[in-house]
Amino acid sequence: MNVRILIVAVLLIAVIGSALGVVYTRHQSRGFAVQLGELENQRDAAIAEWSRLQLEQAWLADAGSVESKAREHLGMKTPEELHILVVEP
Amino acid sequence: MTTETKSGAPITRLYAFLLAFLLCSVALIARAVNLQVMETEFLQGQGEARFMREVEIPTRRGNILDRSGEPLAVSTPVDSVWVHPGELLQSPEGIAPLAEVLNADADDIERRLTQRSGREFVWLRRRLHPDTAARIEALNLHGVYLQKEYRRFYPAGEVAAHTIGFTNIDDVGQEGLELAYNDWLQGKPGLKRVIRDRKGRTIEHSEILREAEHGHDLSLTIDRRLQYLAYRELKRTVLKHGARSGTAVLLDIASGEVLAMVNQPSFNPNQPSMDSDGLRNRVVTDVFEPGSVMKPFSVAAALEAGLVQPDSPIDTTPGTINVSGHTISDHHNYGPIDVTRVITKSSNVGATKLALSLEPEQLWDVYKRFGFGEVTGVGFPGESAGVLRNHRRWRRVEQATLSYGYGLSVTTLQLASATAALADEGRLRRPSLIQGAQNPAVSIMDPEIARQVALMMETVTGPEGTGKSARVTNYRVSGKTGTSRKASAAGYASRYIATFAGFAPSSNPRLVCVVAINDPSNGEYYGGLVAAPLFSTIMTGALRLLNIPPDNYAGLIAAAEEPLKPEDADGGVR
Repeated sequence: MNVRILIVAVLLIAVIGSALGVVYTRHQSRGFAVQLGELENQRDAAIAEWSRLQLEQAWLADAGSVESKAREHLGMKTPEELHILVVEP
Repeated sequence: MTTETKSGAPITRLYAFLLAFLLCSVALIARAVNLQVMETEFLQGQGEARFMREVEIPTRRGNILDRSGEPLAVSTPVDSVWVHPGELLQSPEGIAPLAEVLNADADDIERRLTQRSGREFVWLRRRLHPDTAARIEALNLHGVYLQKEYRRFYPAGEVAAHTIGFTNIDDVGQEGLELAYNDWLQGKPGLKRVIRDRKGRTIEHSEILREAEHGHDLSLTIDRRLQYLAYRELKRTVLKHGARSGTAVLLDIASGEVLAMVNQPSFNPNQPSMDSDGLRNRVVTDVFEPGSVMKPFSVAAALEAGLVQPDSPIDTTPGTINVSGHTISDHHNYGPIDVTRVITKSSNVGATKLALSLEPEQLWDVYKRFGFGEVTGVGFPGESAGVLRNHRRWRRVEQATLSYGYGLSVTTLQLASATAALADEGRLRRPSLIQGAQNPAVSIMDPEIARQVALMMETVTGPEGTGKSARVTNYRVSGKTGTSRKASAAGYASRYIATFAGFAPSSNPRLVCVVAINDPSNGEYYGGLVAAPLFSTIMTGALRLLNIPPDNYAGLIAAAEEPLKPEDADGGVR
């Protein structure tokens, strides 16, 4: 008789425990889902920022504008033949 | 007391009630079983439909990069504005400020919305400037929503417009490599199931039905610096000579990779107009009669047949020859010359005599092996194969004209790939635009013959050649000029195509460049005067940018040994 009560009690506690566990993990998973959503948004924002920076860099490094800056603002020019040193291997 | 009276009525009533309750509970249990067992699926589905949503996971189109990873096409998210006509028309006072921000007519917007009032989704304006999007968001209007979309940007603009192509407003490739590699670039949108509350907020991700497959990046063999250089110089040449159009292509000989591929006229891929004339990538889509640039190939056929050697004599006196009633003539009477000088001087008579000494099949076979008359397989949409008629249908005069590049048509890319094969001892490679492509070389000719022809082509930039202006300081350059009259409805018109096909450095060929200028109208039209200088500027820049060592610095040494001029005394390197 005592053994039966004991078994029932243990099972009862186990059921309550697992029920609480389910509630807890459920809660946790919601929390993680929210976190995941936030991180995904952050990732998308970072990708967007990256693509914008790539574009900006490409525009700034455009060969045409670099060339005109070098020639006009910095007064650079292609070296004349006389100023080229050839190193024979 | 009534309970103790032994009348039959209460007992009957008790049973009646018991029966009624029994029936009720049987009905309830039956219904419960029905709902729980028989109809669960339907009911659960209906219930979930109230809060479960299937949401598309958007993908980003892959970038297109040049050979060193510089971006040539980039997708970046921008906002598009859409409205729910019913919601917005309930509070029409919002339309005026909205129209103001969009710089549009308020009445016009209202009319459009009224026409579509039955719908729930109407695009108002797509791909807004970020500032405009921020202002619309600040208006906070009922029924006006912003939607993130990707917009494609082409930082290289018109310089690489033809090669890369462009996409339409729904991000689907329309032209060029954007079209050819659309599936690779596009990716597949994923699908996920989420739980949403009444206000449409996502409160739980329940499962991912299909992973999103993001678009892949595409690495090209194009070098952005060389592309820019070639484009700038081509544009300058086309303007200077008042030409109708022009093409230039630069190939790496060892790999068959296309380093630059440029066209004039061009367009801005960031705002493509549908004017089709400027959209074509003429390097691969347009064919022309190549003219004298074909002579190295016909001479190669003569050498291969074993009938002549590079120093075999040919008499071109009196500078004309009659073939089946047609007169073929040279610019001058070159008199008795050898095979090499046929190339140096570009003698039509010499080429004709060589070609007529061959069987038609021998000439046709060499042209065919170099890839004329067949697509190069570069994988570009709309590539032309050109025309090379079967030798069985050649007339005698055709066999003669084919030797100097009339009677067949080629694309600039075919010419480049064939010239590269000559430069690389007779090894033909399929040109490629995509990095990592497998281009095994196919040996199509005896290396010795290819070397002999390459040496002849070097004389073209020599002191007596027709292509002196193709020279590159400190490098040995080989090539061939071409000037072909354009065929029109009324026979050959006085319109020309000036071409130059060549490679450098001659001692160890690394780069092939072919340029073609269509219809130069400012007086000069010879390949040696119009196309050769363009070849020279492109090659000079490319050899320098790719750090290819010079193979002819006799001039440098001479210059360094000269006494320095006074103004150079401080900066001179000796």
